[in-house]
Amino acid sequence: MLFVNLAGVALIVLIVWWFWLYKPQEKVVSENDTVVTVESGTYTPSRLQVAAGRPITLAFLRRDPSPCSEVLLIPGLEISETLPLNKRKSIKLPALPAGEYEFHCQMQMYQGKITVS
Amino acid sequence: MSTADTDLDKACHQPGADSMPAQQESHQSDDGIHQELLIDGASCGSCVAKIESALKRVPGVASAEMNFAQRSVSVFGGADASELIKAIEDAGYSAKVSTAESADDALAEKEAADLTYYRRLMREMTMALLLGVPLMIYSIVGGEMTVTTNTERVVWLLVGVLTLAVMVFSGKHFYIGAWQSLKNHSANMDTLIALGTGTAWLYSMVVVLVPYLLPEMARHVYFEATAMIIGLINLGLALELKARGRTSEAIKRLIGLQPKMARVIRDDKELDVAIDEVVLNDVVRVRPGEKIPVDGEVVEGHSAIDESMLTGEPMPVEKSEGDEVVAGTINKSGSVLFKATRVGKDTALAQIINMVKRAQNSKPPIGRLADVISAYFVPVVMITAVVSALVWLNFGPEPTVAFAIVSATTVLIIACPCALGLATPMSVMVGIGKAAEAGVLIRNGEALQTASKITAMVLDKTGTITLGAPKVTDILVADGQDENTVLQLAATLEAGSEHPLAMAIVESAKERGLDAGKASNFNAITGHGVQADVQGKTLLFGNEKLMQKHGVELGGFVAKAQALAAEAKTPMYFAVDNQLATIIAVADPIKDDSIAAIKRLQSNGIRVIMLTGDNRDTAKAVADKVGVKEFFAEVQPDDKSKKVQALQMEGEVVGMTGDGINDAPALAIADVGFAIGTGTDVAIESADITLMRGSLHGLADAIAISKATLSNIKQNLFGAFIYNAAGVPLAAGVLYPFFGVLLSPVIAGAAMAFSSLTVVTNANRLRLFKAKEH
Repeated sequence: MLFVNLAGVALIVLIVWWFWLYKPQEKVVSENDTVVTVESGTYTPSRLQVAAGRPITLAFLRRDPSPCSEVLLIPGLEISETLPLNKRKSIKLPALPAGEYEFHCQMQMYQGKITVS
Repeated sequence: MSTADTDLDKACHQPGADSMPAQQESHQSDDGIHQELLIDGASCGSCVAKIESALKRVPGVASAEMNFAQRSVSVFGGADASELIKAIEDAGYSAKVSTAESADDALAEKEAADLTYYRRLMREMTMALLLGVPLMIYSIVGGEMTVTTNTERVVWLLVGVLTLAVMVFSGKHFYIGAWQSLKNHSANMDTLIALGTGTAWLYSMVVVLVPYLLPEMARHVYFEATAMIIGLINLGLALELKARGRTSEAIKRLIGLQPKMARVIRDDKELDVAIDEVVLNDVVRVRPGEKIPVDGEVVEGHSAIDESMLTGEPMPVEKSEGDEVVAGTINKSGSVLFKATRVGKDTALAQIINMVKRAQNSKPPIGRLADVISAYFVPVVMITAVVSALVWLNFGPEPTVAFAIVSATTVLIIACPCALGLATPMSVMVGIGKAAEAGVLIRNGEALQTASKITAMVLDKTGTITLGAPKVTDILVADGQDENTVLQLAATLEAGSEHPLAMAIVESAKERGLDAGKASNFNAITGHGVQADVQGKTLLFGNEKLMQKHGVELGGFVAKAQALAAEAKTPMYFAVDNQLATIIAVADPIKDDSIAAIKRLQSNGIRVIMLTGDNRDTAKAVADKVGVKEFFAEVQPDDKSKKVQALQMEGEVVGMTGDGINDAPALAIADVGFAIGTGTDVAIESADITLMRGSLHGLADAIAISKATLSNIKQNLFGAFIYNAAGVPLAAGVLYPFFGVLLSPVIAGAAMAFSSLTVVTNANRLRLFKAKEH
């Protein structure tokens, strides 16, 4: 029983680490050619790094027919766009100061982050 | 190489493969008009320079910049789109004006995609329930779901394989989504469903394959739960998809206003062209009964245009040469020719659609807590499931393993982040759409929420309560004088003046078909009025002082003039050869429904305050007439914002209503700024809420819709919170120690599937909302 309990606690620690503490690698976006694919409940890449003070255009390609994936919100930039299915949609980001800008679907089930540095 | 890279590479090698719609952002800048064109046939990077230089050679082009990835080119300058397209064609490519994707096409595509997805979900649901329902019935009628004999092992193994087939066919999207999310260090609804159903299936397979690892009491299989949950959740998703479709009916109606074709006149020939081929300055013909295809200015003809679909104003508006016409409105009577002044995404209709769509996707602050919870929800539920299983294993009755598995599975399945996430956006979608149908454009969710809390409404007088256009209201002629004759003389005298009051008199004469003649020896007497000679007669027009100065006998007309002033009118004396001919009173008439609309606001407990730059007497007269108890007169435009601030200091949530131009500072500082649109000439970006028709009923409508929407959001949030807050502990088995009740995972699956549907259905109730009759 002790082993089971320890395994349970380890599982909880793993959940906390995996979903909240782990810092995944960011994709550096330098040109206006990055396509974020919306598929199977995720944005790929979901973590983007862009240079501060430079406007950039991201393209979102939605391949997920679920209506949840239809709306893209970047609350920090007051951007809300409807993503057409199987077509790219350009999202123009203005020159931004350093900081983190989250993007997600309406229900926050699809999540991503733009780090400006 | 990532998927994205692959896509881009493919696009680069396939001419015209990427017809991604670019946003047409045609607007005035320092370099002139900005137009965006879509290029076809550009297959390599070197095409960029060729296209750009071809465009730069077109006279009037200030700059041209191509975005190769998007196959679009931005052109600044004054050149016609047709010349730009020709230059690109001469360079060996083809091009068309980017209207982005027409909203109509996008909607049709979306509906087709939704239908395909719906059918897929229903197919998957059917397959899952074909297995799940018989198993469920078997378990309900007392069939053993345990493994005790080898025969049972074989049968259940077969069932286990069939369940696996259901998981692959009907549930693979959950498992792929869960895996992708997991790799991405995120978790969503798929994660919970995949973990829940996966745990139930794996446990059952352990029971079937290696039963001796478990105590006899714990050898229970849960294949029916796996199949039923997958089936029910697919059913829930399908029904939710249908219900979601209804939430966007308002935007569909707006999009449906846009005609697909236009009849343009080019090279003296009339051509029927697709709407996205109409370019600036095209001359367009619209026959009676047809819709106006793009925004423009009438160059020939006269007609009545029905603008009710955009403004809510039922009366058709007369249009003739020089007047603006707006896309989506209907030409009721005559045939008109007009010049296209705004096309594609620049038309008022396209902008309204765009704004409503954006607003529908925005969230009011009330949804923020739900957002915070949603962000942490799934991992917290996963932890709860683990804790629940541990508690059952440590303290539960036998068979502890089976109880632990059931409780963990049920916790994972019952938790519904979707209901929480959908609670706010679905109501906002319907509420903002409903408002747009009533001619009320709400800029975002925050404005929607604040509008529901307004306690004080500040109204600008001119143009808001009144029409904003002074008109002749009374003509009191002296004995022996003819009304038309004196009005014609007065108009002749005033024709040279640009004073608004003078213009009202000239306009009044015009309306009666009276032509102004020519005046000589015109003399403006500051602070008094004007004097001139017409047809050998000396005319005087002005105030009492002017008349006294010239010894004009006024008699009983002084009292009449005072009475007119008390009615918020401006009386002016008109004398011919020093004999009083008439008093002409000019006033800015109060809009027909201002009184009723203000009463409506007041009956809703809103304090109504009027602001005006006019003198106190006029202000008081207007305020009395419309039933406003509080007013501030002689307020300079700059001081309006101070008045708003003062009200805010008193603790009021202040709405400010103005024309959106002079009142900009006050509109900006108010908690909610309402801009009154005149017809469809709306400054939709200038205020939090834009009323597309002039009526103040729009204010009461906007507030009523906001209140109804907020109330709907609260119901949804409350329901979603309570559902999860009660459902998760119930699933974990908190009732078991007291009542011996443990929720079945199948019930949890049904509850989860229908909780989202309930939220969407409740939001759809808002579609039935009707603002109070007025």
